[in-house]
Amino acid sequence: MANRIQINKEFIDIMPQDYLDLVDSGTFENPNRGWKDFGTATELIAEHSLCAGCPESIAFRHIMASIPNPEDTVMVGSTGCTSLVFPMIAVHNIHSLFGNQNAIATGLKRALAVRFPDRVKDVIVLAGDGATVDIGLDMTLQSWFRKERFTTICFDNELYANTGGQESGLMQKGFLAKMAPVGKRFEKVRLPEIARESGCDYVAIMTASKPSLVEKVIKQAVLIAREIGPTYVQIYTPCILEIGKQSMEGLQEMRTSEAPGERFKFREFISPEAQSFLDGLAEKKKAEKIAATT
Amino acid sequence: MATQTDSRVPQIGQRNKKGQLVTDPNELFFLSPRTSSFLTGSEVIREAIRRASVDFSVAYPITPQSEASSLVGELYAEGYVGDYMRGESEFAVMGQCAGAAFGGARVFTTTAGPGTLRAFENFPMWAGSRLPIQVVFTVRGINSPLTIQPDTLEIAFMLETGMLLWHAESAQDLFDYMLKGYYVAEQPEVHLPIGVICDGFFVTHTKDMVMMTPEDRTLPHYDPYRSPVVCMDMEVPPVRMMRDPFVMKSNYISYMTHASWQLEIRAAIERSRKHTVPLLDGLIDVENPDAEIMLISSGTAVSQAREAIRLFRARGEKVGLIKIKTLRPFPTEEIRKATEHAKHIFVPEFNVAGWLAREIKSTIDRNHRVVAGPHVAGGMTMPPEIIVEEIEKHMAHRRNKELVHG
Ligand SMILES: Cc1ncc(C[n+]2csc(CCOP(=O)(O)OP(=O)(O)O)c2C)c(N)n1
Ligand code: SF4
Ligand SMILES: [Mg+2]
Repeated sequence: MANRIQINKEFIDIMPQDYLDLVDSGTFENPNRGWKDFGTATELIAEHSLCAGCPESIAFRHIMASIPNPEDTVMVGSTGCTSLVFPMIAVHNIHSLFGNQNAIATGLKRALAVRFPDRVKDVIVLAGDGATVDIGLDMTLQSWFRKERFTTICFDNELYANTGGQESGLMQKGFLAKMAPVGKRFEKVRLPEIARESGCDYVAIMTASKPSLVEKVIKQAVLIAREIGPTYVQIYTPCILEIGKQSMEGLQEMRTSEAPGERFKFREFISPEAQSFLDGLAEKKKAEKIAATT
Repeated sequence: MATQTDSRVPQIGQRNKKGQLVTDPNELFFLSPRTSSFLTGSEVIREAIRRASVDFSVAYPITPQSEASSLVGELYAEGYVGDYMRGESEFAVMGQCAGAAFGGARVFTTTAGPGTLRAFENFPMWAGSRLPIQVVFTVRGINSPLTIQPDTLEIAFMLETGMLLWHAESAQDLFDYMLKGYYVAEQPEVHLPIGVICDGFFVTHTKDMVMMTPEDRTLPHYDPYRSPVVCMDMEVPPVRMMRDPFVMKSNYISYMTHASWQLEIRAAIERSRKHTVPLLDGLIDVENPDAEIMLISSGTAVSQAREAIRLFRARGEKVGLIKIKTLRPFPTEEIRKATEHAKHIFVPEFNVAGWLAREIKSTIDRNHRVVAGPHVAGGMTMPPEIIVEEIEKHMAHRRNKELVHG
């Protein structure tokens, strides 16, 4: 059982089972936590009210299983389908307005740095493409220009899902949608490239089809943000409702879209500083392994 | 768990890293020796923040607060403020302030006019999220046409945001309201954002004598765990806790949740009274309480009204004055009582809308007694003679009417 996550014995009989489970078998303070804990540990994400089969929910589960330091992580969301999940997440998280998530995270990260100068407190933003790229773009970019030390995750479903499927900046050109009555007239905004140019030390674009890849990317993104500079992860989480897919078709849609030459083929950018930091981590891990076996 | 008693946070009686003695608020306000200084309003803002143990401040330039917010930056460079940055727009600034307050910091910012309106969506969010952020509004006109001149119209927009709003008449008020404002706003039963308002240029850019508390004494640090809502720092995990869950997908209770929370915010504003009344010596001040003609005002219009009273007194006529110190909570009962006997009530204002007159009309009985004026707007000054003239004009009109309709 973790040390920091405890329950006052007097409360055991009145707290909900879910809380007791989190204390007993939540994966707090476990440096080796990951998606393989599914089925044996209490997940940080409980049920949600997304559409059945919505890939956002699986992406969310993979991410929550992967964050390296949940006992000291605060998340920032925005308005949109993702915010239907946040109330069920067992780390502190903030919803305030639509599109201001990177401004909130900026103040939050700085406040935590002032209040806890000797401790690690990770901040992670998770918001939709409308929030990240359209209404919140200035705050997204400005936080990167300023090299704010937190991770920005964008759930890219290429439209405004929560308001019923309107055109967004990350929508593909030509797509017919509400508010794009003759098809979207301009290209999908190239935010990963913009992120790299704007000062992100780590950028990844991917789908949520492979839990092990999500785990690797999220861990790297959070650790680099903690030590080096801002990081950005864009994950395709197709809105099956708006693109006319069935509940069980989300995974295939993600796989199709990450094939070679497709728009969500896995790509990664790692700045030289971030790379040498990752190399250092890998070396340390190797040394630990050797020490453990000899 | 990091708490107020955390060894890193200096407690009352201890010194902070700048050598300032952390002082009990009431002792700081009322017992510590005060010395007078001749300062601009912008410098007064700096001096109040020097004594306020502020953790985080965000700045964005707009006249007439640019100087004050850059002076706060100098305080940060000197080590008096925990962290400081320039935001990218007022909307972002108020989000950055919110993020820091969610994370348990005492936060300060300033803005004015177009900045206030650019930031607007944030203010009800602050109140709804119970973030005791302090913003000084150095009020100025709102576009269009573009103006940088003093004008209090923006206050009308702020009235229903759920924030505490105190309106300083002078640099002295500004200094006191800023320090006392943190104390009231952070009370657990209040825990709301506070707008300390001063009139741009008239207060920010003029020099005045201000009685100040000692430079080497400061307010106790904000304790984010003395709060009606959870601080988002993961010091009390692992409850499934979102700040602040919105209610759209639970239609059975969403309207009730929203409505009751909104009512609670209004109730919290009212609960601030009991902390504010002793600190500000009441929510209003009254001069010549028995006069038949009463002037009611807030901000620098009070000073102009006081001059007008002096002109009347020189002629042997008695006119009264009510100075409103807090617009939220609105001193409804106090104004009702103080105007009970009044026959004519004038409300001088520095804006085109006459929002204060409207507030007063909606609170007192026999509200035909209220004359919404005189008004000036867009940076015009309000010489006391204008107030005298308005009153005389009105009284002459009344006399004529009485003669005709007798
Ligand atoms: C200021 C403001 N403008 C518009 C909205 C309406 N709104 C709510 S969610 C949303 C779309 C969210 O889209 P996205 O960020 O892509 O998230 P998704 O729902 O697709 O996951 C919009 C436009 C709002 N809540 N606030
Ligand atoms: S509307 Fe689309 S994105 Fe939102 S929950 Fe349903 S499938 Fe998922
Ligand atoms: Mg979307």
